[in-house]
Amino acid sequence: MNAGSGIGILDKRKAQVHDGSGAFAMACEKASVAGAVSQRACSFCGSRVVLYPIADALHLVHGPIGCAAYTWDIRGALSSGPSLHRLSFSTDMQEKDVVYGGEKKLYQAVTELVAQYKPNGVFVYATCIVGVIGDDIKAVCKRAQSALGIPVIPVDSEGFKGSKKAGYHAACDSLMNHLVGTGNSDDIGPHTINILGDFNLAGEIWMIEEYYRRMGIETVCRITGDGRIDDVRRMHGAALNLVQCSGSVTRLAEALKEKYGIPYMRVSYFGIEDMSKALYDVAAFFDDDPEIMRRAQAIVAGEVSRIMPELRRLRADLEGKRAAIYTGGAFKVFSLVRSLRTIGMRAVVAGSQTGTREDYEQLHDLCEEDAVLLDDTNPTELAKFILEKDVDLFIGGVKERPLAYKLGVAFCDHNHERKIALAGFEGLVNFAREVHASVTSPVWKLVPRRQRPALPPSAVPLPLSAACSPAMCGGCKSACGKGAA
Amino acid sequence: MLLRHTPEKITERNAVTINPAKTCQPIGAMYAALGIHGCLPHSHGSQGCCSYHRSTLTRHFKDPIMAGTSSFTEGSSVFGGQANLLAALANMFTIYDPDMVAVHTTCLSETIGDDVNQIVRKAFDDGRIPEGKKVIFCNTPSYIGSHVTGFSNMVMGIVKGLAGTEGEAVDQINIIPGWVEPSDMREIKRIAADMGIRAVVFPDTSDVVDTPQTGEFKMYPDGGTTVAAMATIGSSRKTLALGTWASEAGARQLDIKCKVPFETLDLPIGLSATDRFIEALSAAAGMPVPEAFVAERGRLVDVIADMSQYLYGKKVALFGDPDQLIPLTEFLLDLNMLPQHIVSGTPGKTFERRIREITEGRVPNLNVKNGPQADMFLLHQWIKNDPVDLLIGNTYGKYIARDEDIPFVRFGFPILDRVGHSYFPTIGYTGGIRLLEKILGVIMDKQDRDAPEPSFELVM
Repeated sequence: MNAGSGIGILDKRKAQVHDGSGAFAMACEKASVAGAVSQRACSFCGSRVVLYPIADALHLVHGPIGCAAYTWDIRGALSSGPSLHRLSFSTDMQEKDVVYGGEKKLYQAVTELVAQYKPNGVFVYATCIVGVIGDDIKAVCKRAQSALGIPVIPVDSEGFKGSKKAGYHAACDSLMNHLVGTGNSDDIGPHTINILGDFNLAGEIWMIEEYYRRMGIETVCRITGDGRIDDVRRMHGAALNLVQCSGSVTRLAEALKEKYGIPYMRVSYFGIEDMSKALYDVAAFFDDDPEIMRRAQAIVAGEVSRIMPELRRLRADLEGKRAAIYTGGAFKVFSLVRSLRTIGMRAVVAGSQTGTREDYEQLHDLCEEDAVLLDDTNPTELAKFILEKDVDLFIGGVKERPLAYKLGVAFCDHNHERKIALAGFEGLVNFAREVHASVTSPVWKLVPRRQRPALPPSAVPLPLSAACSPAMCGGCKSACGKGAA
Repeated sequence: MLLRHTPEKITERNAVTINPAKTCQPIGAMYAALGIHGCLPHSHGSQGCCSYHRSTLTRHFKDPIMAGTSSFTEGSSVFGGQANLLAALANMFTIYDPDMVAVHTTCLSETIGDDVNQIVRKAFDDGRIPEGKKVIFCNTPSYIGSHVTGFSNMVMGIVKGLAGTEGEAVDQINIIPGWVEPSDMREIKRIAADMGIRAVVFPDTSDVVDTPQTGEFKMYPDGGTTVAAMATIGSSRKTLALGTWASEAGARQLDIKCKVPFETLDLPIGLSATDRFIEALSAAAGMPVPEAFVAERGRLVDVIADMSQYLYGKKVALFGDPDQLIPLTEFLLDLNMLPQHIVSGTPGKTFERRIREITEGRVPNLNVKNGPQADMFLLHQWIKNDPVDLLIGNTYGKYIARDEDIPFVRFGFPILDRVGHSYFPTIGYTGGIRLLEKILGVIMDKQDRDAPEPSFELVM
């Protein structure tokens, strides 16, 4: 509760900012302040991103066109087979549907689409307006399901119900209430897992699954990267659930634990420490077969020695650089802080859209004492702290990228628009390369702000012609990469 | 083959839209509001709307896009969003200090019946709006029209809220450029200036969404039509509204409010539409057309003549917004090409009529449709039944282009996978050359790629 000094922070937001000084106490899990230029989205968005990668399902958005248009193929959730999820289907509600109700139209849309595309299931997403006019989506889905003979699943994703997190819950509930347990799990063996909370961006889930396969562990269901309806139906047969992206899928893991007694563990696949731990923890769980642990150790040893030379090379240029991190969920921030450390960098600003109290406490312990922590922040605050903390790199999503570039700061997309795999051991090398590419780009030398000492602000600006020299680098923390930190 | 499921056989659909060729109103209102200097757009609805619009505009322009949201909750959707909007206005002026806020609604706030006019009045009455600051607004229900309708509605809101008169007539004209790129707005200002005409162009997003890298983050960039300029538009000689869908309603509003006569023109895309624009500009301002424009026009005609053999008889499928598609269709005919399939998700009865007037039966088996179910799925089906040599439209065309191996020119909104649109105009004669260059580039690239070795030529 100690961010009162700086300008540019709403009074009501001060509790959600820890400026790195004073005692740590942070508020979070609050609705955004009305009028704030929040980086957050809505429940619909939350449900949509969680279920979207189920590739053999048809995803129908019931509402006016926008909600379907903005979520059309927006993230690279790769599929090894069908790619129905990459198309956009909407009931495109018009004024008359709002006045007279859209149930008939919805039923007709489901019927037409199923006849046309023959999907293995249909998800029907509620939008704000559907919640207000009172269309009974559940009843329509039930009727369509019995007529069509495939699962037609309503998702309570009205946008006004809260932040993305409320939408994550709705998505988990729709899977749990309509699919899980409806398939045959008799042939599922003892050494089996479900991978929850990975969306197979750039093929990441395939890398993870491959590590476990090499350990002798079979994956039953992927939630939801490269996901399939039938896998969800039989996921209750797996022995263990692995939960990444905890915000989005913990609710499903909890429900599976309660109903089927399947334990779950939180994992992260980003960075050497977390990736190794994700393998070791699973091996320790299946302790009836010591071979599994031996194989895990062999994988870690092999992979780490394979990537270290390249990491060392990249680290030489990155040592001492400073980073800001802002993501959707908080759990990823931990991994990023650790990954940055692996490549010699420090996180001096860190935050998330939906972190919990425990998340921020853990983050506070993980980061250095003077790090700024932010919950549900906005561009004004981000810009302020990026400049004050003189960061060299910003890790964030689509709305943060141009902000970073305008400030003359390198950027790495660790959100759903990333194009290269960042998970796993190979992913850490990709991450380091991407950071290296951006941080060492000569473009930052051309940025006016970097052509004078960045701190303190009262220092005399250097003339524009003063090229970056190794001697200067220590002082200005320039991104030129020539100077030793 | 991402679109492998698209069947050739076309069946009647009326409940479902597949791969839309439009989006919803509020994003248009947000874009229009960004064209006023010092203006912070505000989305009165759930957080997601604002986030989606900002993300899409950010992806298109690769610049930070600022806007506030009323952050509706379950409570606000039951009890109304008045408290949220009042709090939002107070918060925004306190922390972000804009010169004005431009409020647009969403399907949610429209359906629960929030009266934005009354809420804004109350905000002023309660003293929540600081002295000298403004709030403008418009209604943008997402279940009517499209993103273009939202743009048009905000232009009306801008006129209602900001248009003023100087007391006496001012020797200037107003130009409403419609939903075009900042590069196009810059070009319109350049054309007017080169003709010696004083013009107020509004909204004007140049220097707002195409800002230079300075090392600073400016919440309110240097560009945008100023409030001072807007205060004079009621005294202008005339308003030129470019585009029936995006601009005419705003021009009519100004006529009603301040008695400024208006003329609606097509967007100056291609040769003929630019001719009409230049003539109308010259007539409205009483200024002759400078020699330099005759030369500019001549250069466009020269390129068309030089390259006509590569254009002749080529079939084109195009999709996007009516204001763009109408003059583009005309331009394609000027190029001796055949605009074969034309789709716009934006409704409006006059669209098909205008297209048929322009094509005058010159395109056998012409397909044209707009409004609900005029989507990318239908366009793809038409293409499967009657293949084309070129596809023109926004980034969403890339699936069809890839599956059917059709040369593809990105044009319109949104463009999510290429750059250039913010910086190089496609309107005016010079813009016509750029468009032509892009068309020729993709057609000739394919010709080179597919040519058997003996007929693969150095000189084309």
